[in-house]
Amino acid sequence: MHEGSPAEFLRWIVLLPLIGFAINGLLNKRLPRAVSATVGVGSVAGAFVLSVMAFLKLRALPADERVLVDHLFSWIPVGELNIDAGLMVDPLSACMILLVTGVGSLIHLYSVGYMAKDEGFARFFAYLNLFVFAMLVLVLADSLPLLFVGWEGVGLCSYLLIGFWFQDLANSAAGKKAFVVNRVGDFGFLLGMFFIAEKLAGQVGDGNVLGFATMAAHPELLAPVATVAGLLLFLGATGKSAQIPLYVWLPDAMAGPTPVSALIHAATMVTAGVYMIARMNFLYVQTEVAMGVIAVVGLLTALVAATIALVQTDIKKVLAYSTVSQLGYMMLACGVGAFAVGIFHVLTHAFFKALLFLGAGSVIHAMHHEQDMRSMGGLRSVMPWTFRTMFVATLAIAGVFPFAGFFSKDEILYKAFLESPLLWVVGFAVAALTAFYMARLMVMTFFGENRADANTKSHLHESPLIMTAPLMVLAVLSVVGGWMGWPEFLGGSNWLHHWLEPVFAGVGAHGAEVVGHVAGATQGVATHAVDASHAADALHTGGHSVVTEWVLALASLSVALGSLWFGFTVYTRRQSVATQGQAFLGGAPHRLLSGKYFVDELYEYAIIRPIGWLSDNVLWRFVDAVIIDGLLVNGVARFLAMIGHVVRILQNGLVRWYAYSFAVGVFAMLIYLTRKGG
Amino acid sequence: MPDLTTLHVHLGHYLTLSAILFFIGVSGVVFRRNAIIMFMSIELMLTAVNLTFLAVSRQLGDHQGHVFVLFALAVAAAEAGVGLAILVEIFKRRGSIDVDDFRKLME
Repeated sequence: MHEGSPAEFLRWIVLLPLIGFAINGLLNKRLPRAVSATVGVGSVAGAFVLSVMAFLKLRALPADERVLVDHLFSWIPVGELNIDAGLMVDPLSACMILLVTGVGSLIHLYSVGYMAKDEGFARFFAYLNLFVFAMLVLVLADSLPLLFVGWEGVGLCSYLLIGFWFQDLANSAAGKKAFVVNRVGDFGFLLGMFFIAEKLAGQVGDGNVLGFATMAAHPELLAPVATVAGLLLFLGATGKSAQIPLYVWLPDAMAGPTPVSALIHAATMVTAGVYMIARMNFLYVQTEVAMGVIAVVGLLTALVAATIALVQTDIKKVLAYSTVSQLGYMMLACGVGAFAVGIFHVLTHAFFKALLFLGAGSVIHAMHHEQDMRSMGGLRSVMPWTFRTMFVATLAIAGVFPFAGFFSKDEILYKAFLESPLLWVVGFAVAALTAFYMARLMVMTFFGENRADANTKSHLHESPLIMTAPLMVLAVLSVVGGWMGWPEFLGGSNWLHHWLEPVFAGVGAHGAEVVGHVAGATQGVATHAVDASHAADALHTGGHSVVTEWVLALASLSVALGSLWFGFTVYTRRQSVATQGQAFLGGAPHRLLSGKYFVDELYEYAIIRPIGWLSDNVLWRFVDAVIIDGLLVNGVARFLAMIGHVVRILQNGLVRWYAYSFAVGVFAMLIYLTRKGG
Repeated sequence: MPDLTTLHVHLGHYLTLSAILFFIGVSGVVFRRNAIIMFMSIELMLTAVNLTFLAVSRQLGDHQGHVFVLFALAVAAAEAGVGLAILVEIFKRRGSIDVDDFRKLME
């Protein structure tokens, strides 16, 4: 990897949101709302402008030198372990910062309208800015430990924002759940990092040991721990990116304000796991096992979450499970070695899912914080712009040509097909489910009769321009966003794929070749791998003709359209189905799905209760109460008191007694000294 | 009756006397309860020390011992003055100079 051109302005990309956080967080309610909003939106918009600058600067460089670095300081210099803090922009992180600050700016702007009447206006923007700061640290970090700092930071902000309306106990419980579940994943992340550090420390000179550039330059050192470290890091990713088995926190996270769901729990933070795996591609290409696990877990998550989404009645819960499902797609892409495609889906998904959430927020805003779709319906005429933009997003997520989702999803399915047709079949089924539950959501919300009570009905209104404008921008992006990856078989150039190529230089050789390359890895490994990548591409197009791509694309397009049509028909024809989902699916399957496969209950009985019992009876009543409090704390005190009782006898206030002790002491010392001297 | 003219007084005698005096002083401080007696006993101990100084000083032909003794005498005089003043005050307040009645040091 090229060592990068210096670019000192990178630090301002992360500092601007931090300054915004400081201003809004410290001055809080002393600021007028207009100032809070300006600072909150302005700092992120400023970071967006700088990100665009970084992108343009990067584009002007030759393809294999596209790295900008901003070295900050030497962070942990301990013996052979030297860790620097520095920022880095390469094609991959350029995509991510544009996404975070771009979509982030739109959502900040939307929040000005959505939170206008909220008590904690300035606090909201402070947290939101802090989140953007942490997320930017995550994607700009040039080393694994600094990435972890951002990783933890976004987790903290997620917790703060889920429990933003902390007066309601359920909200803070959801926040805590998110935090604790993520901690399980972070534990894996840390262990994975330790494994890597243990292999690299002292072997790579005095450079930045855990820097991505250093690690990528020494893949052969990572080979022995690739599987274990890869799986542990993936455990971290399952927490952050809501994959089986740690996805349970994301649906509950919908307790936060809707812009938070859009920004953190759909567009950016939850994609951190995918980003991390893409970033560590040089590690993952060396381990078939971890890659297989990632692909299977991703696919299963996509399927499970999509089926649960079929029966949810809370509009945000449907979108939450949809997010989990789409994240599963991204993991699937990474698992089959198509990292660039995974990132592609991260980008397109961010556009249409942020739009769906913001649209849902607009609906919830109009419905006086009613989120149950059974009380909605017929909002199409009242909220034309919300309806139109959400309709675009629905087409995009369902994968209808030429909307954004089509390109990324189709490419994922194609790559999965190349790996194994079985993966493709399941992914294809998920695509059908996706289109169906989105059609259900749209019909229940926007079509038919309005089922709200009279009071709500009389106050229905379209949201103000400050909320609909971001919707429109995102709608445009949901259409054109996919065009950056216009595939070659459709006459495009797949710009994104080529843009990301330098980052995933070693990936094309995924499979048997890479082992050989890595075994004999030298400085030239990267260039060899690029050649191999082209060779592999040629092989693929030779083995699976363009016809395959056409067939698969037409199949996904027709299943998307068919499933959308089916959903629309079912739910518009039979209003009773809309209000009582069980009539359509029947008893037992419906109970299973609306119970979310009872995973929460399983965790409750298998993990939480036993740990609770252990904490209650062993850790508290025995270890804490008996050993720590009884033996250590009170025991030491009692022992000292006992000594005090003995010594107190000596201090009786009798001067003669003191003189006597003194004299005895002096004689004793004299005798001792003369004996010793003799 | 030994012949006094042939009785040679040497350092050992001085030191023995000094030790006896010192022991009497210690006993007085430890076993008597009257503060004035205790004071006197302290003076006795000081005297014993002074005697040792003088004897050893003469034996070694060094005058430093004399100087120490003069200092000790002066300090002892000042100490006796302060100590007696305190005793007077204690007696005024409590009507007793029995040190065992006076156990403030315990607190």
